[in-house]
Amino acid sequence: MNCVLELKNLGFVYGKGTPFEKRAVDNVSLTIKRGEFIGVIGHTGSGKSTLMQMLNGLMRPGEGQVLLDGRDIWEQPKKIREVRFKVGMVFQYPEYQLFEETVYRDIAFGAKNKGLEGDALDKAVRDAADFTGLKPALLDKSPFDLSGGEKRRAAIAGVIAMNPEVLVLDEPTAGLDPMGREVLLSQITRYHKECHNTVLLVSHSMEDIARVADRIIVMNKGKLAMFEPTKEVFRRGDELSRYGLKVPQITNIMQALRRRGFDVPEGVLTVDEAFDALLPLLQKEGKLW
Amino acid sequence: MSFISIQDVFFSYDEVEEGKPVRNAVDGVSLDIERGEFVAVIGHNGCGKSTLAKQLNAMLLPDSGKVIVDGDDTSVEEKTFDIREKVGLVLQNPDNQLVASIVEEDVAFGPENLGVAPDEIRRRVDEALKAVDMYEYRTHAPFKLSGGQKQRIAIAGILAIRPQCIVLDEPTAMLDPSGREEVISTLLRLNREQQMTVVLITHFMDEAVLADRVVVMDSGRIVTQGTPETVFSQVELLKRHRLDVPQSAELAYKLRGCGLKIDKIPLTQEDCVAMLEEAMR
Ligand SMILES: Nc1ncnc2c1ncn2[C@@H]1O[C@H](COP(=O)(O)OP(=O)(O)OP(=O)(O)O)[C@@H](O)[C@H]1O
Ligand SMILES: Nc1ncnc2c1ncn2[C@@H]1O[C@H](COP(=O)(O)OP(=O)(O)OP(=O)(O)O)[C@@H](O)[C@H]1O
Ligand SMILES: [Mg+2]
Ligand SMILES: [Mg+2]
Repeated sequence: MNCVLELKNLGFVYGKGTPFEKRAVDNVSLTIKRGEFIGVIGHTGSGKSTLMQMLNGLMRPGEGQVLLDGRDIWEQPKKIREVRFKVGMVFQYPEYQLFEETVYRDIAFGAKNKGLEGDALDKAVRDAADFTGLKPALLDKSPFDLSGGEKRRAAIAGVIAMNPEVLVLDEPTAGLDPMGREVLLSQITRYHKECHNTVLLVSHSMEDIARVADRIIVMNKGKLAMFEPTKEVFRRGDELSRYGLKVPQITNIMQALRRRGFDVPEGVLTVDEAFDALLPLLQKEGKLW
Repeated sequence: MSFISIQDVFFSYDEVEEGKPVRNAVDGVSLDIERGEFVAVIGHNGCGKSTLAKQLNAMLLPDSGKVIVDGDDTSVEEKTFDIREKVGLVLQNPDNQLVASIVEEDVAFGPENLGVAPDEIRRRVDEALKAVDMYEYRTHAPFKLSGGQKQRIAIAGILAIRPQCIVLDEPTAMLDPSGREEVISTLLRLNREQQMTVVLITHFMDEAVLADRVVVMDSGRIVTQGTPETVFSQVELLKRHRLDVPQSAELAYKLRGCGLKIDKIPLTQEDCVAMLEEAMR
């Protein structure tokens, strides 16, 4: 089976029938192939978190269906717990996910519920902590005594330890320091490459998404505005800015150079790509060693 | 004397227990912030930024050393109220700050506590909500808002107090690109037009470059500070402290490594384009 997740006319309304009724997700249909790395972007309140929480059955869609491996996840509501092991979700606010006495027990929580025990559990916990860059010394601390960034790593480690088939990360790098972002992003990319698991990454950092995603879901006011390969999405800068989004700074720089008549490629997404494109041009001008 | 003067402050969360090493979250920081200044504080996770921020409005008191706000020592209990009226702190996690069940009541909470007259409160609340572009959500419940929306309500709540200094602990961490731009330009406006002192804690280097002064922290200490130009030209030093530079500077730095002559590392998109145009013409 090539397609891991299929969303069919998915919709969600908060507070239906109340004065505060709010349509958060509106008729979203799309399919995600197994092993894809999907970026999810959209203005605040565009419905990203709501959409993600429907993927693992944390929220039940008001309209439409979520198919995981071809089966409606709500076919047997009593088995929804199993879906949560298969689709691992890291929440936007890690504090919600931390409630145990120690960081270690917090990371172990999901994996333990999934059935891991003994050495296998210990290994899963330590590997996951290592993976997210949590220092072993922090494992015995209370999660409430961690700094913002440390809490985030602990929450991510807890989900990674479950080794889910689909990993959903809701703004995992928000609040991380630049090197922490860099490390976590490359760890997630490595995890994706090694485990061939499907990853969905929600982020407000266009720079990060540009570096890692194969395809991007663009949400706007609850609707699916685009679902295209990364280069294509960031080619449509004007459209993105109408949705409250942007293209990475480096993409803008290169586009500005193109507009000024320089022969640089279109759709440059990373600093490395820009560097590679500029080197020969500068060499030709005799500006380099 | 400076508006805010941090004098050799030490602070530790750890109880002083026998056998347990005491680690200082703030480990000897001295820093003067002038009235009307825009200061950015950057540093890796856990380096003590939030802990330092909480010293500025007496939410935490130094174990040793002093914090003086507009002449008042934060450790003098009778002054706490005055100090919080002058220095507003937007906490890192907005959930810790939202108290009421309706957005506009939440924003009104600060000024109410200060005894501001009701019609003046109304004015301030509307103004603050408009400043963060959340006016249309004024009758909603804060806990039902999206992450970025909550963040903006928390900022509005502090703006409504009209402090002389606003300290923001990663206010844009959960915002979309245009939301970030709006918050930053709101801060720049308050700073330029109303001379509000701004202390901005951020992990976004492209925000820090907009400040008058950038303070770099590591392990509870200040490792360097200066104008954005001086701080962000020290790329290696920044990387050593787990930090980074904006993409424009990163590109320039890499090209300089290959021999391109660059007098000034460009910190913004515009400067970078100008620099490259110059180099390739
Ligand atoms: N529990 C709730 N009750 C009512 N409305 C809600 C609730 N949670 C979210 N909403 C509303 O639904 C819409 C979508 O919210 P959601 O959290 O999915 O957005 P998001 O794209 O994740 O935003 P952000 O980037 O800020 O995290 C928003 O307008 C929000 O105000
Ligand atoms: N309530 C607390 N109790 C005990 N230790 C704490 C507490 N809050 C923070 N710490 C510790 O103090 C140190 C400094 O934390 P602080 O929150 O000031 O860092 P920060 O620079 O704001 O980090 P971040 O960028 O992750 O928000 C960290 O090592 C952290 O683990
Ligand atoms: Mg969200
Ligand atoms: Mg902090």
